[in-house]
Amino acid sequence: MEQTVEYAHATGTLSGIWLLVAIPLASAAILLLLGKRADKWGHWLGVLAVAASFVLGLVFFIKLGGLDAEHRSAELSMWDFIAVGNLHVDFGLLFDPLSGVFVLLITGVGSLIHLYAVGYMEHDPGRRRFFGYFNLFVAAMLLLVLGNNYVMLYFGWEGVGLASYLLISFWYGRPSAATAGKKAFLMNRVGDTGLAIGIFIMFATLGSTQYSDVFSNVGALSSTTVLVLGILLLLGAAGKSGQFPLQAWLPDAMEGPTPVSALIHAATMVTAGVYLIARSNHIFSANHTLQTIVVSVGAFTLLMGCIIGSAKDGIKRVLAWSTVSQIGYMFLGVGLGGGAYALAIIHLVAHGFFKANMFLGAGSVMHGMHDEEDIRRFGGLRKHMKWTWLTFMMGWLAIIGIPPLSGFFSKDPIIEAAYARGDWTSWLFGTAALLGAGLTAFYMTRLFVLTFHGPERYTEQNKHPHESPFIMTVPLMLLALGSIVAGFLLSRHSAIPQWLEPVTGEGEHDPVMPAAVISILVLVVSVAGAGLAWALFSKGTALQEQPAGAVVTAARRNLYTDAFNEAVFERPGIYLTRALVFLDNKGIDGLVNGIAAGVGGSSGRLRRLQTGFVRSYALSMLTGVVLVVGAFLAIQLGWLA
Amino acid sequence: MSDFPFLSILTLLPLVGAVVVGVIPRRKAELAKTIALIWSLVVLVLSIFMWVAFKIDGDRFQFHESYQWIPSWDARFTFAADGIALVMLMLIAVLTPVVILASWHDVDGDGKRSAPVYFALLLAFEFTMIGVFAAADIFLFYVFFEVMLIPMYFIIGSFGGARRQYAAVKFFLYSLVGGLFMLAAVIGLWVVGGHTFDFSKLLQSVGEIDQNTSRWLFLGFFVAFAIKAPFFPFHTWLPDAGGAAPAGAAALLVGVMDKVGTFGILRYCLPLFPEASRWFAPAALVLAVIGIIYAALLAVGQNDLKRLVSYTSIAHFGFIGIGIFAFTTQGGTGSVLYMVNHGLATGLLFIVVGMFVARRGSSLVSDFGGAGKLVPVLAGVLFFAGLASLALPGTAPFISEFLVLIGTFTVHKVYAVIATVGIILAAAYVLWMVQRTTQGTLNPALEEVPAMRKDITLREKVVVAPLILLLLLLGFYPKPVTDVINPAVQATMQDVGTTDPGPTAVTANGRAAR
Repeated sequence: MEQTVEYAHATGTLSGIWLLVAIPLASAAILLLLGKRADKWGHWLGVLAVAASFVLGLVFFIKLGGLDAEHRSAELSMWDFIAVGNLHVDFGLLFDPLSGVFVLLITGVGSLIHLYAVGYMEHDPGRRRFFGYFNLFVAAMLLLVLGNNYVMLYFGWEGVGLASYLLISFWYGRPSAATAGKKAFLMNRVGDTGLAIGIFIMFATLGSTQYSDVFSNVGALSSTTVLVLGILLLLGAAGKSGQFPLQAWLPDAMEGPTPVSALIHAATMVTAGVYLIARSNHIFSANHTLQTIVVSVGAFTLLMGCIIGSAKDGIKRVLAWSTVSQIGYMFLGVGLGGGAYALAIIHLVAHGFFKANMFLGAGSVMHGMHDEEDIRRFGGLRKHMKWTWLTFMMGWLAIIGIPPLSGFFSKDPIIEAAYARGDWTSWLFGTAALLGAGLTAFYMTRLFVLTFHGPERYTEQNKHPHESPFIMTVPLMLLALGSIVAGFLLSRHSAIPQWLEPVTGEGEHDPVMPAAVISILVLVVSVAGAGLAWALFSKGTALQEQPAGAVVTAARRNLYTDAFNEAVFERPGIYLTRALVFLDNKGIDGLVNGIAAGVGGSSGRLRRLQTGFVRSYALSMLTGVVLVVGAFLAIQLGWLA
Repeated sequence: MSDFPFLSILTLLPLVGAVVVGVIPRRKAELAKTIALIWSLVVLVLSIFMWVAFKIDGDRFQFHESYQWIPSWDARFTFAADGIALVMLMLIAVLTPVVILASWHDVDGDGKRSAPVYFALLLAFEFTMIGVFAAADIFLFYVFFEVMLIPMYFIIGSFGGARRQYAAVKFFLYSLVGGLFMLAAVIGLWVVGGHTFDFSKLLQSVGEIDQNTSRWLFLGFFVAFAIKAPFFPFHTWLPDAGGAAPAGAAALLVGVMDKVGTFGILRYCLPLFPEASRWFAPAALVLAVIGIIYAALLAVGQNDLKRLVSYTSIAHFGFIGIGIFAFTTQGGTGSVLYMVNHGLATGLLFIVVGMFVARRGSSLVSDFGGAGKLVPVLAGVLFFAGLASLALPGTAPFISEFLVLIGTFTVHKVYAVIATVGIILAAAYVLWMVQRTTQGTLNPALEEVPAMRKDITLREKVVVAPLILLLLLLGFYPKPVTDVINPAVQATMQDVGTTDPGPTAVTANGRAAR
């Protein structure tokens, strides 16, 4: 435990890492401040800013790779952010293997999605504003992963929350979009309090919020403190990543434009929770109970996401619940600890590609179908949108985990690692993850088949579906390519595990079954799930919601989690607020007025004031003056005579 | 430069300005406004010079001046400023010209009310505010404390909105009652404190006062300040006053004048009655924490924009309260910074709300709806002000709220945790307000109001720009302000006799001090 964590100072090229954040931030400021004057070219500036960050990120990444493993990090303190008493917080950045991977994911996938959005938002009068918010998001997200202390992380953390809010409620004229944005922000803030209190604990016990100080001294903390601290960080992570019990905002977030769903609510922001836990691995690895809690949250959420996803009919809703479920896998991974940290990160990057790919594919489908979202009204689209179909297929095969696509290399090892946890819980979590693989195959196949295959079930206005323009399909192709190769490339020769080793350390258990057996099991379960869905849905489906048993009904209602939130928090909250408003007006105010009137000996006067019958304030003013003068006289006569 | 009598000139300058503007005939309204604006800008420039002349590592109290007043009582015109007073003086100097420009058309097109009088009252109010922060003689402080009611009373009572007279009288009576408590305590202090009103002399002599008397004196001051701040349960005058006052004046009322309460606690209660402060701290903390949650819930439930902002302020004062009574450097510095930031953020919020109200002719939330379609830029400014109010990182209030909470947490975990829940409620009241006024489907009635179709004007841009800039600047780089506040707060904590707890898990703090 007594290990010292130190980061090397940023020197040479690497001292320019601040540019990564500054460029998109400056672009966002320009786009939002110039207003209509930037309407013509604003979107291109937005794309350019993210692409520039990507190129820079690549340069820094290569530079970082050139350093030896001992010193593979670059810490840059820019200025004293907060310096009060013994509290010192840097406005500082840290570029190390972990943040490097995130930088490339955010700016790389981000650039493609920005490019796609140029086409997707072409007819939207608010396109410039959209790119302003989009750039703001990228800047905040980069700050989140690049901060060198928890306060910086929190800064970016709330920043991405703001950007997410702005983009979910981008079409603010729609009440549903406005409500969804607010819901996202509020549920995130619930998680944020966890993160905030966690930071307070760090300062109270360790006297610092710098990563290097905190990680070096975790060993000094009592195991209860570590547990509490970890649970609070987990609360923050769950809020941002849509994990149980703070998952409800994520599916509603699909009210935003589709590129937003792809970038923020699939590929990057929602993985911030995974980043937080991976970054804090020194804390989480220090307490086994804590790890069990993280694993449980991951396993529970991954199953929950699968079950609900199987019952949804909106193309983006299914993908959203799929995201909840896939991040569940990542939480499972980071909760397992040791070498599984790296596995979670591999899955995170791979997921970033294939989920962004499918979200943009969904956007392309909606683009050609008058914004129709209901998969029951699709069917046979493979004939009309060849590229969308082909690219989406890659995403679909990747998420199911068909070798040699991404998911096979990224999800399988997590399931294996779950089976290798080391005690009886191996069976529990391993089997949950295995079951999840089957369910994933089922709902994703249902989505794919109902959209692209089977009979056409279009509404009246959708007689002529069409393929999207190149500016949208080219990003799709690139992301599809990523969906195919990312998993293989990242895990080949343990590229990512070795790369991350300076950050996360390593560690292996033996699984309860031979790895090959688990692999075959996963494949069998997945193929079975996919086959079942294909058999059920290749002939199409009913156009209306059919009566269903308890399980399906519960899944359609999000397992009653929304109903629970409404009954336990929302409605009592509204009643409490109303009661307090009444109490404050009648009770406290009345009481204080009453006392004041009683003391003044003129109870009728205030009541008349309340009913508004005072014709002149002169009288009351005079009373005041008399009181003051009287008091002065009292001094003069009583005390100073 | 430091021999220059900054404080007396700074105090008197707006008073002279008020007289000059006040005697301008009513029909020359534009002239009166222009002079008032220029005058307040001169005050601002002088304040900036004073800020530069202030030595961070110099004496605790600087710019000391003293002139004879009532020798038999040893009451003198004594002025001096520590870092806490300095930042408050700077705040009032910044806000006054902004408010004057924001109120430019508040009294237009109205035969009954006189524009020169209104702007004279704003300058007179600035005079009393500067006086109350600059005074270093308790009797002088008390006089300013009472006199500052008068201009605000007339601003609310004569230039306010609906129920203005009820609100004005209520405001006056509440403050007056508080003032009487303080008067009793001031006199008591004079009697037991060696027959002087001089703050620095009293600071030497208060050690002699016996415990019981000291606690009573503390209570007298505290009640006055708690009403002024206001803390729960003395708060009910504020929503009425804030709701009825013209928006610009409300910005001054809530943004600066209420801070006299928390300033007074820090400046007078804590150093003069250290033992009593520690003794009363648990009660004060409980009131502050209740205020944070209670007022935030009430803010959620308001249907009047100005009352809503007033309630948010009461919640914010709760944060200031816990920061003060936590007796840690972070809590104290956080509280003072909170006073400044809250003045800027809530000032901006009131001013923007005023721009909406002026267009719509109503401050009821339900009279808006979907306004973002008509006035997108103004809606954006409202949203920004809301973000500052909910203490989003990147805006200045984040720093102060963070400092208050982290400073409180090191000594009172439970209170800090409950207060942290308040940040969820802050998001709720801000976002819900933004949603109901600017988002969703456009309220058809709104479209029929011609003024609602005009987005932010150039004058309005000039009004909001400096506040937005300051909020962002201090959100990223608060050091210039915290460096000024820090020594004063540390001196105050020394007076109280408390020290910051060190980190509990590591013995040496060497690594953290980077």
